[in-house]
Amino acid sequence: MAKADMLGASLWDAYSNKVTTLMNNPQHQGEIFEADAESRGHKLIVADFGAESCGDAVRLYWEIDPSNDTIINSKFKSFGCGTAIASSDVMTELCIGKTVQEAVKITNIDVEMALRDTPDVPAVPPQKMHCSVMAYDVIKKAAGLYMGVDAASFETEIIVCECARVSLGTLREVIKLNDLKTVEQITDYTKAGGFCKSCIKPGGHEAREWYLVDILADTRKEMDEEKMKLAADAGANGKFEEMTLVQQIKAVDAIVDENVRQFLIMDGGDMEVIDIKKGDDYIDIYIRYLGACNGCSSSSTGTLYAIEATLKEKLSSKIRVLPI
Amino acid sequence: MQVYLDNNATTMVDPKVVEAMLPYFSEIYGNPNSLHKFGTASHPALRNAINKVYTAIGANDEDDIVFTSCATESNNWVLQSVWIDHIVNGDKNHIVTTEVEHPSVLSTCKFLEEQGVKVTYLPVNSEGIVEAHTVKSFITEKTALVSVMWASNETGMIFPIKEIGAICKEKGVLFHTDGVQAVGKIPVNLSEVHVDFMSMSAHKFHGPKGIGALYIRNSQSLSPLLHGGAHMGGRRSGTLNVPYIVGMGKAIELATMNMPETMAKIRTKRDRLEDALLELSDTFVVGNRENRTPNTILISIRGVEGEGMLWDLNNGQIGASTGSACASEDLEANTVMLAIGADNELAHTGIRLSLSRFTTDAEVDYTISHFKNAVARLRNISSSFAIQKPTKGGEVLECELHHH
Repeated sequence: MAKADMLGASLWDAYSNKVTTLMNNPQHQGEIFEADAESRGHKLIVADFGAESCGDAVRLYWEIDPSNDTIINSKFKSFGCGTAIASSDVMTELCIGKTVQEAVKITNIDVEMALRDTPDVPAVPPQKMHCSVMAYDVIKKAAGLYMGVDAASFETEIIVCECARVSLGTLREVIKLNDLKTVEQITDYTKAGGFCKSCIKPGGHEAREWYLVDILADTRKEMDEEKMKLAADAGANGKFEEMTLVQQIKAVDAIVDENVRQFLIMDGGDMEVIDIKKGDDYIDIYIRYLGACNGCSSSSTGTLYAIEATLKEKLSSKIRVLPI
Repeated sequence: MQVYLDNNATTMVDPKVVEAMLPYFSEIYGNPNSLHKFGTASHPALRNAINKVYTAIGANDEDDIVFTSCATESNNWVLQSVWIDHIVNGDKNHIVTTEVEHPSVLSTCKFLEEQGVKVTYLPVNSEGIVEAHTVKSFITEKTALVSVMWASNETGMIFPIKEIGAICKEKGVLFHTDGVQAVGKIPVNLSEVHVDFMSMSAHKFHGPKGIGALYIRNSQSLSPLLHGGAHMGGRRSGTLNVPYIVGMGKAIELATMNMPETMAKIRTKRDRLEDALLELSDTFVVGNRENRTPNTILISIRGVEGEGMLWDLNNGQIGASTGSACASEDLEANTVMLAIGADNELAHTGIRLSLSRFTTDAEVDYTISHFKNAVARLRNISSSFAIQKPTKGGEVLECELHHH
């Protein structure tokens, strides 16, 4: 938020002239009929994407020359707002003359770029980016129908943010490399989540399979687990200072079991580790005496000294043992 | 020709209102709280404006009408102060409202839920209203407040405020109504209807923006939202907005004088427009005409997406609005349309046309013609009316984009 955000932007004023022109007068709006295509020796492919109940629907028509897989003609029909109609129009324009294999490489960015008046000014405001994504999706679907494969097979990686086309792999890598802790940071680093915002968390424009909040949480968890594993390895190598708290307690217990507990039990007592606090100079181990040890005079002198000396020797010279 | 048919969003300030306000900017500008004559010079006009507002809504001399900055402030004030007075510092914990309230009510309720308050959001029935017996069935002994709008901004449907008021009175529960869409459009007489608090806003009845009011029955207690110099009897601090209060007084007087005649004229134009648009195939209008504010139409046009329609109307110099929202930040379908049981497919096809006393017959004719042209053009582009069926496997069975 800043001065520029104090007055809500006018949505329509953010459209490029091309969007406005094509909305008012789309060039490729219309239908191609199967009988007509066949009479010309061509194959007709018709694919739908979206639905009226979503607020956006597009139907893409491809008349294909089967001898060379070339899209001879393309039309569209659209239930949608201005940018949906303009995006569909540009999409059909981009398809005409291409082979199906070439057309399938058209992305939403290509569609959006084709709608720009100047290369560095977006054609539509962020919340309208999904319109160009629909164009991308319906092309995949049409190509899948023609080639007899699943549309999903054209997608080599999982795209989390459709608007900025950021993949799951990229997101995980960037979170790890830069130790990102918030979704805002992810958006700053990758642009994911910066446009229609659907991929940030459930409840946005569209339901998504992957959400940035979950990816962040999962990746952070993975990073923590890696850290733990490093700590565990460190523990195995006997570096007490680098162990996690649980590892430290286990290590202390193990030493106590091996060297101390039997003598306490012989005297009718025992002890337990309550807590371990790591300071800069000392590692304080808080213990509690049980049974006969509780109140025994040597528990604060000789026995305590013996426990501390053993732990210092076996684990770390920084250890202090404090009975409570 | 330019046609403004978005009068439920805001209205043109009546030139007579502007005229009434003008002396209170540079001629009579004193602070009404001052002792000197510069300050007191505004008192007659303020008293006059206060009288006009009391008269217009049938308020009693024992009642308070406090001027605020807008109805959003009035709504926030009631909800937040009832929370402080009766929930934080009392033994209640529950508020009853509806799913279709203005955001200033719904967002405040969400905020209160975060503070631990239980809020019941009542759905509207197939006619677009919440029935009184539904409200009754959700009131418990823990209920601090019932807040139900008098008329819907989106559909114009009029809620049974008199019945709900009687129920709240009987149950001893405070009753607030957002009267923004009712005042100036339908008779509002608080001497006959039991309401504890009512919010209103001048710019919905040809007054200026930035001035509203809260009616408080019988001067009952309600902690202030704005603390400060104890203006308006300590109920709402902030130097009195003299010209705007004068403007609101004038506007409410103009809007309520001869209301039956004025509204009959608007209703005639509205009905003519509605009948003409319903001649289009595959259209329907939300809510019974008789139980609607006389200026409002919410029409659904199958196969024509709302924002696309607004675009074409705008190209024809017609200003309208859509409750559905390919346009807005959230792409939710029109919740009212879903609530009244419209098909999912129609939830993005709502167009709201709201007239005013300044709407002319020529404007209605122009709108009918442009509206029909726009529907024809957009249906020609629409996939909903395409003939050639998709290739096998190319159909969409479920909404792939967002799931409601």
